[in-house]
Amino acid sequence: MSGKIKNKSILSEPLIVRLTLIAAAILFLIIFLGLPIAVIFKEAFELGLNNYLTSITDAETVSSIELTVITTFVSLILNLIFALAAAWAITKFDFRGKNFILTLLDLPLTISPVISGMVFVLLLGSHSLLGQYLNQYDIKIIFAAPGIILATTFVTLPYIVRELIPLMKEQGRQEEEAALSLGANGWQIFFKITLPNIKWGLMYGLILCNARAIGEFGAVSVVSGHIRGLTNTIPLHIEILYNEYNFSAAFAVATLLTLLAIITLFLKTLISWKFK
Amino acid sequence: MEAVNISNKVFPRKKILPGFGLTFGFMILYLSLIMLIPLSTIFINTAGIDFKEFWNIVTDERVMQAYKLSFGASFIAAVIDSVFGFLVAWVLVRYDFPGKRIVDSMVDLPFALPTAIAGISLTAVFASNGWIGRYLSDIGIKIAFTEVGIIIALTFIGLPFVVRTVQPVLEEFDKEVEEAAATLNANRFQIITKIIFPTIRPALITGTTLAFARALGEYGSIIFISGNLPLKTEIVPVLIMSKLEQYDYQGATAISIVMLLTSFILLFTINILQWWSTKHK
Repeated sequence: MSGKIKNKSILSEPLIVRLTLIAAAILFLIIFLGLPIAVIFKEAFELGLNNYLTSITDAETVSSIELTVITTFVSLILNLIFALAAAWAITKFDFRGKNFILTLLDLPLTISPVISGMVFVLLLGSHSLLGQYLNQYDIKIIFAAPGIILATTFVTLPYIVRELIPLMKEQGRQEEEAALSLGANGWQIFFKITLPNIKWGLMYGLILCNARAIGEFGAVSVVSGHIRGLTNTIPLHIEILYNEYNFSAAFAVATLLTLLAIITLFLKTLISWKFK
Repeated sequence: MEAVNISNKVFPRKKILPGFGLTFGFMILYLSLIMLIPLSTIFINTAGIDFKEFWNIVTDERVMQAYKLSFGASFIAAVIDSVFGFLVAWVLVRYDFPGKRIVDSMVDLPFALPTAIAGISLTAVFASNGWIGRYLSDIGIKIAFTEVGIIIALTFIGLPFVVRTVQPVLEEFDKEVEEAAATLNANRFQIITKIIFPTIRPALITGTTLAFARALGEYGSIIFISGNLPLKTEIVPVLIMSKLEQYDYQGATAISIVMLLTSFILLFTINILQWWSTKHK
Protein backbone atom coordinates (compact mmCIF):
# COMPACT_ATOMS: atom_id res chain seq x y z
CA MET A 1 0.00 0.00 0.00
CA SER A 2 2.42 2.60 1.17
CA GLY A 3 4.89 1.34 -1.40
CA LYS A 4 3.04 3.40 -3.95
CA ILE A 5 3.87 6.62 -2.15
CA LYS A 6 7.09 7.77 -3.74
CA ASN A 7 8.16 10.06 -0.96
CA LYS A 8 7.21 9.02 2.57
CA SER A 9 7.95 12.47 3.95
CA ILE A 10 4.82 13.73 2.24
CA LEU A 11 2.83 12.37 5.20
CA SER A 12 4.42 14.85 7.55
CA GLU A 13 6.09 18.22 7.33
CA PRO A 14 9.85 18.69 6.87
CA LEU A 15 11.81 18.55 10.12
CA ILE A 16 12.52 22.27 10.12
CA VAL A 17 8.79 23.08 9.80
CA ARG A 18 7.92 20.65 12.58
CA LEU A 19 10.49 22.14 14.93
CA THR A 20 9.36 25.67 14.13
CA LEU A 21 5.73 24.82 14.84
CA ILE A 22 6.56 23.05 18.11
CA ALA A 23 8.72 25.99 19.17
CA ALA A 24 6.00 28.51 18.27
CA ALA A 25 3.32 26.58 20.21
CA ILE A 26 5.54 26.20 23.27
CA LEU A 27 6.66 29.82 23.20
CA PHE A 28 3.02 30.93 23.05
CA LEU A 29 2.11 28.67 25.98
CA ILE A 30 5.09 29.84 28.02
CA ILE A 31 4.17 33.50 27.55
CA PHE A 32 0.46 33.02 28.20
CA LEU A 33 0.44 30.21 30.78
CA GLY A 34 3.94 29.70 32.16
CA LEU A 35 4.99 33.26 32.96
CA PRO A 36 1.72 34.17 34.77
CA ILE A 37 2.17 31.15 37.06
CA ALA A 38 5.84 31.96 37.70
CA VAL A 39 5.09 35.61 38.45
CA ILE A 40 2.57 34.64 41.15
CA PHE A 41 5.25 32.82 43.15
CA LYS A 42 7.89 35.46 42.47
CA GLU A 43 5.64 38.27 43.76
CA ALA A 44 4.41 36.19 46.71
CA PHE A 45 7.94 35.67 48.06
CA GLU A 46 9.19 39.15 47.11
CA LEU A 47 9.25 40.29 50.75
CA GLY A 48 10.55 37.02 52.17
CA LEU A 49 9.21 33.82 53.64
CA ASN A 50 8.08 35.37 56.93
CA ASN A 51 5.98 37.93 55.14
CA TYR A 52 4.47 35.14 53.04
CA LEU A 53 3.55 33.09 56.10
CA THR A 54 2.05 36.11 57.90
CA SER A 55 -0.08 36.88 54.82
CA ILE A 56 -1.58 33.43 54.53
CA THR A 57 -2.22 33.00 58.27
CA ASP A 58 -3.74 36.46 58.75
CA ALA A 59 -7.17 36.33 60.48
CA GLU A 60 -9.03 37.75 57.47
CA THR A 61 -7.36 35.29 55.12
CA VAL A 62 -8.33 32.42 57.40
CA SER A 63 -11.94 33.56 57.60
CA SER A 64 -12.06 33.90 53.79
CA ILE A 65 -10.74 30.34 53.52
CA GLU A 66 -13.44 29.14 55.91
CA LEU A 67 -16.21 30.81 53.92
CA THR A 68 -14.84 29.41 50.66
CA VAL A 69 -14.70 25.89 52.10
CA ILE A 70 -18.31 26.06 53.37
CA THR A 71 -19.59 27.58 50.11
CA THR A 72 -17.79 25.04 47.95
CA PHE A 73 -18.92 22.12 50.08
CA VAL A 74 -22.60 23.09 50.04
CA SER A 75 -22.69 23.86 46.29
CA LEU A 76 -20.88 20.60 45.51
CA ILE A 77 -23.38 18.55 47.52
CA LEU A 78 -26.39 20.35 45.99
CA ASN A 79 -25.09 20.03 42.43
CA LEU A 80 -24.09 16.42 43.00
CA ILE A 81 -27.61 15.41 44.08
CA PHE A 82 -29.07 17.42 41.21
CA ALA A 83 -26.68 15.89 38.66
CA LEU A 84 -27.51 12.32 39.72
CA ALA A 85 -31.27 12.97 39.63
CA ALA A 86 -31.18 14.87 36.33
CA ALA A 87 -28.88 12.38 34.61
CA TRP A 88 -31.10 9.50 35.76
CA ALA A 89 -34.29 11.19 34.53
CA ILE A 90 -32.73 12.24 31.22
CA THR A 91 -30.86 9.05 30.31
CA LYS A 92 -33.19 6.36 31.68
CA PHE A 93 -36.51 7.74 30.42
CA ASP A 94 -37.99 9.36 27.33
CA PHE A 95 -40.06 12.50 27.71
CA ARG A 96 -40.97 15.60 25.77
CA GLY A 97 -38.85 18.71 26.11
CA LYS A 98 -35.64 16.84 26.84
CA ASN A 99 -33.63 18.95 24.40
CA PHE A 100 -34.94 22.11 26.00
CA ILE A 101 -33.71 20.91 29.41
CA LEU A 102 -30.34 19.95 27.92
CA THR A 103 -29.99 23.48 26.55
CA LEU A 104 -30.97 24.94 29.94
CA LEU A 105 -28.21 22.94 31.64
CA ASP A 106 -25.58 24.75 29.53
CA LEU A 107 -26.98 28.20 30.23
CA PRO A 108 -24.78 29.12 33.24
CA LEU A 109 -21.72 28.53 31.06
CA THR A 110 -22.63 31.27 28.61
CA ILE A 111 -24.11 33.85 30.99
CA SER A 112 -21.72 36.49 32.31
CA PRO A 113 -20.91 35.77 35.97
CA VAL A 114 -21.91 39.35 36.80
CA ILE A 115 -25.41 38.70 35.44
CA SER A 116 -25.54 35.38 37.31
CA GLY A 117 -24.93 37.23 40.56
CA MET A 118 -27.24 40.11 39.64
CA VAL A 119 -30.33 37.88 39.25
CA PHE A 120 -30.07 36.86 42.90
CA VAL A 121 -29.79 40.50 43.99
CA LEU A 122 -32.90 41.29 41.90
CA LEU A 123 -34.77 38.35 43.40
CA LEU A 124 -33.72 38.55 47.03
CA GLY A 125 -32.13 41.99 47.54
CA SER A 126 -33.63 44.44 50.02
CA HIS A 127 -35.53 46.40 47.33
CA SER A 128 -37.35 43.31 45.98
CA LEU A 129 -40.69 42.00 47.27
CA LEU A 130 -39.20 38.76 48.48
CA GLY A 131 -36.27 40.60 50.05
CA GLN A 132 -38.56 42.91 52.03
CA TYR A 133 -40.51 39.90 53.27
CA LEU A 134 -37.32 38.15 54.35
CA ASN A 135 -36.16 41.37 56.02
CA GLN A 136 -39.19 41.34 58.33
CA TYR A 137 -38.01 38.01 59.68
CA ASP A 138 -34.41 39.21 59.80
CA ILE A 139 -33.27 36.66 57.25
CA LYS A 140 -30.28 37.91 55.30
CA ILE A 141 -29.41 36.21 52.03
CA ILE A 142 -27.89 38.91 49.85
CA PHE A 143 -24.64 40.38 51.24
CA ALA A 144 -24.41 37.24 53.39
CA ALA A 145 -23.20 33.66 53.09
CA PRO A 146 -26.47 32.15 51.72
CA GLY A 147 -26.35 34.52 48.72
CA ILE A 148 -22.75 33.53 48.01
CA ILE A 149 -23.72 29.86 48.17
CA LEU A 150 -26.72 30.39 45.84
CA ALA A 151 -24.68 32.29 43.25
CA THR A 152 -21.87 29.72 43.35
CA THR A 153 -24.37 26.87 42.99
CA PHE A 154 -25.91 28.56 39.95
CA VAL A 155 -22.57 29.13 38.23
CA THR A 156 -21.28 25.58 38.88
CA LEU A 157 -24.54 23.76 38.14
CA PRO A 158 -23.51 22.35 34.70
CA TYR A 159 -20.14 20.81 35.57
CA ILE A 160 -21.14 17.46 37.11
CA VAL A 161 -24.31 16.85 35.13
CA ARG A 162 -22.51 17.51 31.82
CA GLU A 163 -20.03 14.73 32.60
CA LEU A 164 -22.71 12.25 33.67
CA ILE A 165 -25.28 12.56 30.87
CA PRO A 166 -23.06 11.50 27.92
CA LEU A 167 -21.51 8.72 30.02
CA MET A 168 -24.84 7.27 31.19
CA LYS A 169 -26.34 7.62 27.71
CA GLU A 170 -23.47 5.62 26.25
CA GLN A 171 -23.85 2.88 28.85
CA GLY A 172 -27.53 2.42 28.03
CA ARG A 173 -30.25 0.92 30.17
CA GLN A 174 -29.79 -2.82 29.67
CA GLU A 175 -27.78 -3.57 32.82
CA GLU A 176 -30.30 -1.69 34.97
CA GLU A 177 -33.24 -3.35 33.21
CA ALA A 178 -31.69 -6.78 33.75
CA ALA A 179 -31.27 -6.04 37.46
CA LEU A 180 -34.88 -4.92 37.59
CA SER A 181 -36.16 -8.17 36.12
CA LEU A 182 -34.07 -10.03 38.70
CA GLY A 183 -36.07 -8.23 41.37
CA ALA A 184 -33.72 -5.41 42.43
CA ASN A 185 -35.36 -2.21 43.63
CA GLY A 186 -34.48 1.30 42.45
CA TRP A 187 -31.91 2.11 45.12
CA GLN A 188 -30.21 -1.27 44.72
CA ILE A 189 -29.99 -0.74 40.97
CA PHE A 190 -28.53 2.73 41.48
CA PHE A 191 -25.93 1.81 44.10
CA LYS A 192 -24.94 -1.61 42.77
CA ILE A 193 -25.08 -1.06 38.99
CA THR A 194 -25.17 2.60 37.96
CA LEU A 195 -22.86 4.18 40.53
CA PRO A 196 -19.91 1.80 40.00
CA ASN A 197 -20.26 2.38 36.24
CA ILE A 198 -20.11 6.15 36.46
CA LYS A 199 -17.69 6.64 39.35
CA TRP A 200 -14.77 8.03 37.29
CA GLY A 201 -16.99 10.39 35.34
CA LEU A 202 -18.51 11.51 38.61
CA MET A 203 -15.07 12.17 40.12
CA TYR A 204 -14.07 14.11 37.03
CA GLY A 205 -17.18 16.30 37.27
CA LEU A 206 -16.68 16.85 41.01
CA ILE A 207 -13.08 18.00 40.47
CA LEU A 208 -14.10 20.49 37.77
CA CYS A 209 -17.04 21.74 39.84
CA ASN A 210 -14.80 22.09 42.89
CA ALA A 211 -12.19 24.16 41.05
CA ARG A 212 -14.83 26.42 39.56
CA ALA A 213 -16.68 26.88 42.88
CA ILE A 214 -13.53 27.85 44.79
CA GLY A 215 -12.41 30.34 42.17
CA GLU A 216 -15.76 31.94 41.29
CA PHE A 217 -15.34 35.69 41.34
CA GLY A 218 -17.83 37.77 39.34
CA ALA A 219 -21.10 36.28 40.59
CA VAL A 220 -19.91 36.13 44.18
CA SER A 221 -18.59 39.66 43.96
CA VAL A 222 -22.10 40.98 43.17
CA VAL A 223 -23.88 39.20 46.03
CA SER A 224 -21.21 39.40 48.73
CA GLY A 225 -21.14 43.10 49.61
CA HIS A 226 -17.41 42.69 50.40
CA ILE A 227 -17.78 42.69 54.18
CA ARG A 228 -14.30 41.99 55.47
CA GLY A 229 -13.90 38.94 57.64
CA LEU A 230 -17.56 38.06 57.02
CA THR A 231 -18.55 37.73 53.38
CA ASN A 232 -15.21 37.52 51.62
CA THR A 233 -14.26 34.37 49.79
CA ILE A 234 -10.60 33.79 48.91
CA PRO A 235 -10.77 35.43 45.44
CA LEU A 236 -12.59 38.48 46.87
CA HIS A 237 -10.03 38.74 49.64
CA ILE A 238 -7.26 38.72 47.02
CA GLU A 239 -9.01 41.55 45.18
CA ILE A 240 -9.20 43.68 48.34
CA LEU A 241 -5.53 43.11 49.19
CA TYR A 242 -4.56 43.95 45.62
CA ASN A 243 -6.63 47.14 45.53
CA GLU A 244 -4.95 48.23 48.76
CA TYR A 245 -1.59 47.89 46.94
CA ASN A 246 -0.72 45.08 49.31
CA PHE A 247 0.60 43.14 46.32
CA SER A 248 2.82 40.61 48.06
CA ALA A 249 -0.05 39.57 50.38
CA ALA A 250 -2.47 39.33 47.41
CA PHE A 251 -0.05 37.09 45.53
CA ALA A 252 0.72 35.08 48.67
CA VAL A 253 -2.95 34.18 49.07
CA ALA A 254 -3.12 33.60 45.31
CA THR A 255 -0.43 30.90 45.56
CA LEU A 256 -2.86 28.78 47.60
CA LEU A 257 -5.42 28.76 44.79
CA THR A 258 -2.72 28.37 42.16
CA LEU A 259 -1.43 25.22 43.85
CA LEU A 260 -5.00 23.99 43.99
CA ALA A 261 -5.41 24.67 40.26
CA ILE A 262 -2.24 22.70 39.52
CA ILE A 263 -3.46 19.80 41.69
CA THR A 264 -6.80 19.96 39.86
CA LEU A 265 -5.05 19.67 36.49
CA PHE A 266 -2.99 16.76 37.76
CA LEU A 267 -6.04 14.84 39.06
CA LYS A 268 -7.96 15.64 35.91
CA THR A 269 -5.21 14.18 33.74
CA LEU A 270 -4.94 11.14 36.00
CA ILE A 271 -8.67 10.41 35.86
CA SER A 272 -8.93 10.90 32.12
CA TRP A 273 -6.16 8.31 31.63
CA LYS A 274 -8.05 6.01 33.92
CA PHE A 275 -11.37 6.09 32.13
CA LYS A 276 -10.61 7.05 28.56
CA MET B 1 -31.06 -16.00 33.15
CA GLU B 2 -33.17 -18.04 30.74
CA ALA B 3 -36.31 -16.45 32.10
CA VAL B 4 -34.86 -12.97 31.67
CA ASN B 5 -33.99 -13.61 28.06
CA ILE B 6 -37.41 -14.98 27.26
CA SER B 7 -39.22 -12.13 28.98
CA ASN B 8 -37.01 -9.63 27.13
CA LYS B 9 -37.97 -11.28 23.86
CA VAL B 10 -41.67 -11.39 24.63
CA PHE B 11 -41.86 -7.86 26.00
CA PRO B 12 -39.05 -6.00 24.29
CA ARG B 13 -38.25 -2.66 25.97
CA LYS B 14 -41.30 -2.98 28.21
CA LYS B 15 -39.29 -2.79 31.42
CA ILE B 16 -39.71 0.63 32.96
CA LEU B 17 -37.00 1.53 35.44
CA PRO B 18 -38.19 3.06 38.71
CA GLY B 19 -37.55 6.58 39.94
CA PHE B 20 -38.90 8.72 37.11
CA GLY B 21 -41.29 10.72 39.30
CA LEU B 22 -38.70 11.40 41.98
CA THR B 23 -35.76 12.31 39.74
CA PHE B 24 -37.77 14.25 37.15
CA GLY B 25 -39.66 16.13 39.85
CA PHE B 26 -36.45 17.01 41.71
CA MET B 27 -34.74 18.13 38.51
CA ILE B 28 -37.60 20.48 37.60
CA LEU B 29 -37.87 21.86 41.14
CA TYR B 30 -34.11 22.46 41.38
CA LEU B 31 -33.86 24.08 37.95
CA SER B 32 -36.80 26.36 38.80
CA LEU B 33 -35.42 27.45 42.16
CA ILE B 34 -31.76 27.85 41.22
CA MET B 35 -32.09 28.95 37.62
CA LEU B 36 -35.47 29.81 36.12
CA ILE B 37 -36.99 31.94 38.89
CA PRO B 38 -33.78 33.97 39.40
CA LEU B 39 -33.37 34.48 35.63
CA SER B 40 -36.98 35.55 35.22
CA THR B 41 -36.31 38.57 37.45
CA ILE B 42 -34.33 40.16 34.61
CA PHE B 43 -37.36 40.08 32.34
CA ILE B 44 -39.75 41.17 35.10
CA ASN B 45 -37.51 44.12 35.95
CA THR B 46 -37.15 45.19 32.34
CA ALA B 47 -40.91 44.95 31.82
CA GLY B 48 -41.19 47.80 34.34
CA ILE B 49 -39.65 50.33 31.92
CA ASP B 50 -41.16 51.37 28.60
CA PHE B 51 -39.35 50.80 25.34
CA LYS B 52 -38.21 54.39 24.86
CA GLU B 53 -36.52 54.42 28.23
CA PHE B 54 -34.98 51.01 27.53
CA TRP B 55 -33.69 52.28 24.19
CA ASN B 56 -32.20 55.37 25.83
CA ILE B 57 -30.37 53.25 28.38
CA VAL B 58 -28.86 50.78 25.92
CA THR B 59 -27.89 53.42 23.34
CA ASP B 60 -26.27 55.76 25.84
CA GLU B 61 -22.76 56.68 24.72
CA ARG B 62 -21.01 55.00 27.64
CA VAL B 63 -23.03 51.81 27.09
CA MET B 64 -22.41 51.81 23.33
CA GLN B 65 -18.67 52.23 23.89
CA ALA B 66 -18.72 49.30 26.32
CA TYR B 67 -20.59 47.09 23.83
CA LYS B 68 -18.14 48.03 21.07
CA LEU B 69 -15.15 47.27 23.30
CA SER B 70 -16.59 43.99 24.62
CA PHE B 71 -17.57 42.66 21.21
CA GLY B 72 -14.43 43.95 19.47
CA ALA B 73 -11.93 42.71 22.07
CA SER B 74 -13.72 39.34 22.41
CA PHE B 75 -13.71 38.91 18.64
CA ILE B 76 -10.00 39.69 18.28
CA ALA B 77 -9.17 37.41 21.23
CA ALA B 78 -11.27 34.59 19.71
CA VAL B 79 -9.45 34.96 16.37
CA ILE B 80 -6.03 34.83 18.11
CA ASP B 81 -7.25 31.76 20.03
CA SER B 82 -8.37 30.07 16.83
CA VAL B 83 -4.93 30.48 15.26
CA PHE B 84 -2.84 29.50 18.30
CA GLY B 85 -5.41 26.99 19.56
CA PHE B 86 -5.21 25.20 16.22
CA LEU B 87 -1.41 25.35 16.30
CA VAL B 88 -1.27 23.91 19.83
CA ALA B 89 -3.80 21.17 19.02
CA TRP B 90 -1.88 20.28 15.83
CA VAL B 91 1.47 20.09 17.59
CA LEU B 92 -0.01 18.00 20.44
CA VAL B 93 -1.69 15.50 18.11
CA ARG B 94 0.80 15.24 15.25
CA TYR B 95 4.27 15.64 16.73
CA ASP B 96 6.26 14.05 19.53
CA PHE B 97 8.50 16.04 21.79
CA PRO B 98 9.73 15.76 25.38
CA GLY B 99 7.30 17.08 28.00
CA LYS B 100 4.31 16.73 25.69
CA ARG B 101 2.06 15.32 28.40
CA ILE B 102 2.81 18.22 30.74
CA VAL B 103 2.13 20.71 27.96
CA ASP B 104 -1.12 18.90 27.20
CA SER B 105 -2.44 19.17 30.75
CA MET B 106 -1.19 22.77 31.06
CA VAL B 107 -3.61 23.81 28.31
CA ASP B 108 -6.50 23.52 30.79
CA LEU B 109 -4.90 25.97 33.20
CA PRO B 110 -7.26 28.85 32.29
CA PHE B 111 -10.18 26.56 33.26
CA ALA B 112 -8.67 25.66 36.60
CA LEU B 113 -7.07 28.95 37.65
CA PRO B 114 -9.51 31.40 39.28
CA THR B 115 -10.07 34.34 36.93
CA ALA B 116 -9.10 36.94 39.53
CA ILE B 117 -5.69 35.33 39.87
CA ALA B 118 -5.29 35.21 36.10
CA GLY B 119 -6.07 38.94 36.15
CA ILE B 120 -3.45 39.96 38.71
CA SER B 121 -0.74 37.70 37.31
CA LEU B 122 -1.26 38.76 33.68
CA THR B 123 -1.17 42.38 34.86
CA ALA B 124 2.13 41.68 36.63
CA VAL B 125 3.64 40.07 33.53
CA PHE B 126 2.46 42.71 31.06
CA ALA B 127 2.68 45.89 33.18
CA SER B 128 5.32 48.34 31.97
CA ASN B 129 7.75 47.05 34.62
CA GLY B 130 6.79 43.38 34.14
CA TRP B 131 8.76 40.57 32.51
CA ILE B 132 7.24 41.15 29.09
CA GLY B 133 5.66 44.57 29.43
CA ARG B 134 9.14 46.04 30.06
CA TYR B 135 10.35 45.16 26.56
CA LEU B 136 7.09 46.15 24.91
CA SER B 137 7.03 49.54 26.64
CA ASP B 138 10.58 50.14 25.33
CA ILE B 139 9.19 49.96 21.82
CA GLY B 140 6.19 52.09 22.78
CA ILE B 141 3.50 49.43 23.27
CA LYS B 142 1.46 49.81 26.45
CA ILE B 143 -0.54 46.77 27.50
CA ALA B 144 -1.75 47.08 31.07
CA PHE B 145 -4.70 49.51 31.38
CA THR B 146 -5.34 49.52 27.60
CA GLU B 147 -7.51 47.60 25.13
CA VAL B 148 -4.48 45.41 24.35
CA GLY B 149 -4.45 44.23 27.96
CA ILE B 150 -8.13 43.29 27.70
CA ILE B 151 -7.45 41.29 24.53
CA ILE B 152 -4.55 39.46 26.22
CA ALA B 153 -6.66 38.46 29.23
CA LEU B 154 -9.51 37.30 26.97
CA THR B 155 -7.08 35.30 24.83
CA PHE B 156 -5.84 33.55 27.97
CA ILE B 157 -9.40 32.73 29.08
CA GLY B 158 -10.52 31.38 25.68
CA LEU B 159 -7.52 29.27 24.61
CA PRO B 160 -8.58 25.87 26.08
CA PHE B 161 -11.97 26.07 24.35
CA VAL B 162 -10.36 26.00 20.88
CA VAL B 163 -7.68 23.42 21.73
CA ARG B 164 -10.12 21.04 23.42
CA THR B 165 -12.67 21.20 20.61
CA VAL B 166 -10.17 20.77 17.76
CA GLN B 167 -7.90 18.17 19.41
CA PRO B 168 -10.34 15.19 19.46
CA VAL B 169 -11.33 15.77 15.82
CA LEU B 170 -7.68 15.84 14.75
CA GLU B 171 -7.03 12.67 16.75
CA GLU B 172 -9.89 10.86 15.02
CA PHE B 173 -8.80 11.99 11.58
CA ASP B 174 -8.06 8.93 9.48
CA LYS B 175 -4.44 8.91 8.28
CA GLU B 176 -5.41 6.57 5.45
CA VAL B 177 -7.20 9.43 3.75
CA GLU B 178 -3.94 11.35 3.76
CA GLU B 179 -2.09 8.31 2.39
CA ALA B 180 -4.67 7.91 -0.33
CA ALA B 181 -4.26 11.55 -1.31
CA ALA B 182 -0.49 11.11 -1.31
CA THR B 183 -0.70 8.12 -3.69
CA LEU B 184 -2.74 10.36 -5.98
CA ASN B 185 0.23 12.72 -6.06
CA ALA B 186 -1.23 15.42 -3.86
CA ASN B 187 1.48 17.50 -2.23
CA ARG B 188 1.64 18.25 1.49
CA PHE B 189 0.16 21.73 1.08
CA GLN B 190 -2.81 20.35 -0.88
CA ILE B 191 -3.38 17.59 1.69
CA ILE B 192 -3.48 20.11 4.53
CA THR B 193 -5.64 22.73 2.84
CA LYS B 194 -7.96 20.46 0.84
CA ILE B 195 -8.37 17.45 3.14
CA ILE B 196 -7.35 18.04 6.76
CA PHE B 197 -8.52 21.61 7.19
CA PRO B 198 -12.09 21.11 5.85
CA THR B 199 -12.53 18.18 8.27
CA ILE B 200 -11.64 20.16 11.34
CA ARG B 201 -13.24 23.44 10.24
CA PRO B 202 -16.60 22.84 12.03
CA ALA B 203 -14.79 22.03 15.30
CA LEU B 204 -12.59 25.08 14.86
CA ILE B 205 -15.63 27.32 14.36
CA THR B 206 -17.39 25.78 17.38
CA GLY B 207 -14.32 26.24 19.58
CA THR B 208 -13.86 29.82 18.45
CA THR B 209 -17.52 30.61 19.10
CA LEU B 210 -17.23 29.13 22.59
CA ALA B 211 -14.13 31.22 23.26
CA PHE B 212 -15.94 34.32 21.99
CA ALA B 213 -19.02 33.63 24.15
CA ARG B 214 -16.86 33.07 27.21
CA ALA B 215 -14.88 36.25 26.52
CA LEU B 216 -18.02 38.40 26.22
CA GLY B 217 -19.05 37.69 29.81
CA GLU B 218 -15.60 37.65 31.38
CA TYR B 219 -15.18 39.88 34.42
CA GLY B 220 -12.64 38.63 36.97
CA SER B 221 -9.49 38.78 34.92
CA ILE B 222 -10.39 42.03 33.14
CA ILE B 223 -10.96 44.37 36.06
CA PHE B 224 -7.31 44.18 37.10
CA ILE B 225 -5.70 44.61 33.70
CA SER B 226 -8.05 47.12 32.05
CA GLY B 227 -8.11 50.05 34.45
CA ASN B 228 -11.90 50.30 33.87
CA LEU B 229 -12.01 53.82 32.45
CA PRO B 230 -15.54 54.70 31.26
CA LEU B 231 -15.67 55.29 27.46
CA LYS B 232 -12.13 53.90 27.12
CA THR B 233 -11.43 50.55 28.77
CA GLU B 234 -14.77 49.70 30.39
CA ILE B 235 -16.25 46.38 29.22
CA VAL B 236 -19.96 45.52 29.55
CA PRO B 237 -19.77 43.30 32.66
CA VAL B 238 -17.80 46.02 34.48
CA LEU B 239 -20.41 48.59 33.42
CA ILE B 240 -23.22 46.36 34.73
CA MET B 241 -21.31 46.02 37.99
CA SER B 242 -20.92 49.79 38.37
CA LYS B 243 -24.66 50.32 37.70
CA LEU B 244 -25.43 47.74 40.41
CA GLU B 245 -23.13 49.49 42.85
CA GLN B 246 -25.09 52.71 42.27
CA TYR B 247 -28.36 50.77 42.83
CA ASP B 248 -29.36 51.53 39.22
CA TYR B 249 -31.09 48.16 38.80
CA GLN B 250 -33.09 49.23 35.72
CA GLY B 251 -29.96 50.30 33.90
CA ALA B 252 -28.15 47.10 34.87
CA THR B 253 -31.00 44.84 33.74
CA ALA B 254 -31.54 46.67 30.43
CA ILE B 255 -27.85 46.30 29.55
CA SER B 256 -27.92 42.67 30.69
CA ILE B 257 -30.90 41.83 28.47
CA VAL B 258 -28.90 42.76 25.39
CA MET B 259 -25.98 40.63 26.64
CA LEU B 260 -28.29 37.71 27.48
CA LEU B 261 -29.98 37.74 24.08
CA THR B 262 -26.54 37.68 22.48
CA SER B 263 -25.60 34.69 24.64
CA PHE B 264 -28.78 32.84 23.63
CA ILE B 265 -28.10 33.49 19.95
CA LEU B 266 -24.53 32.25 20.37
CA LEU B 267 -25.67 29.11 22.19
CA PHE B 268 -28.17 28.49 19.41
CA THR B 269 -25.45 28.98 16.78
CA ILE B 270 -23.16 26.53 18.58
CA ASN B 271 -25.92 23.91 18.63
CA ILE B 272 -26.58 24.43 14.91
CA LEU B 273 -22.85 24.16 14.18
CA GLN B 274 -22.56 20.96 16.17
CA TRP B 275 -25.52 19.49 14.33
CA TRP B 276 -23.96 20.59 11.04
CA SER B 277 -20.59 19.11 11.88
CA THR B 278 -22.03 15.70 12.84
CA LYS B 279 -24.08 15.68 9.65
CA HIS B 280 -21.02 16.43 7.52
CA LYS B 281 -18.88 13.65 8.96
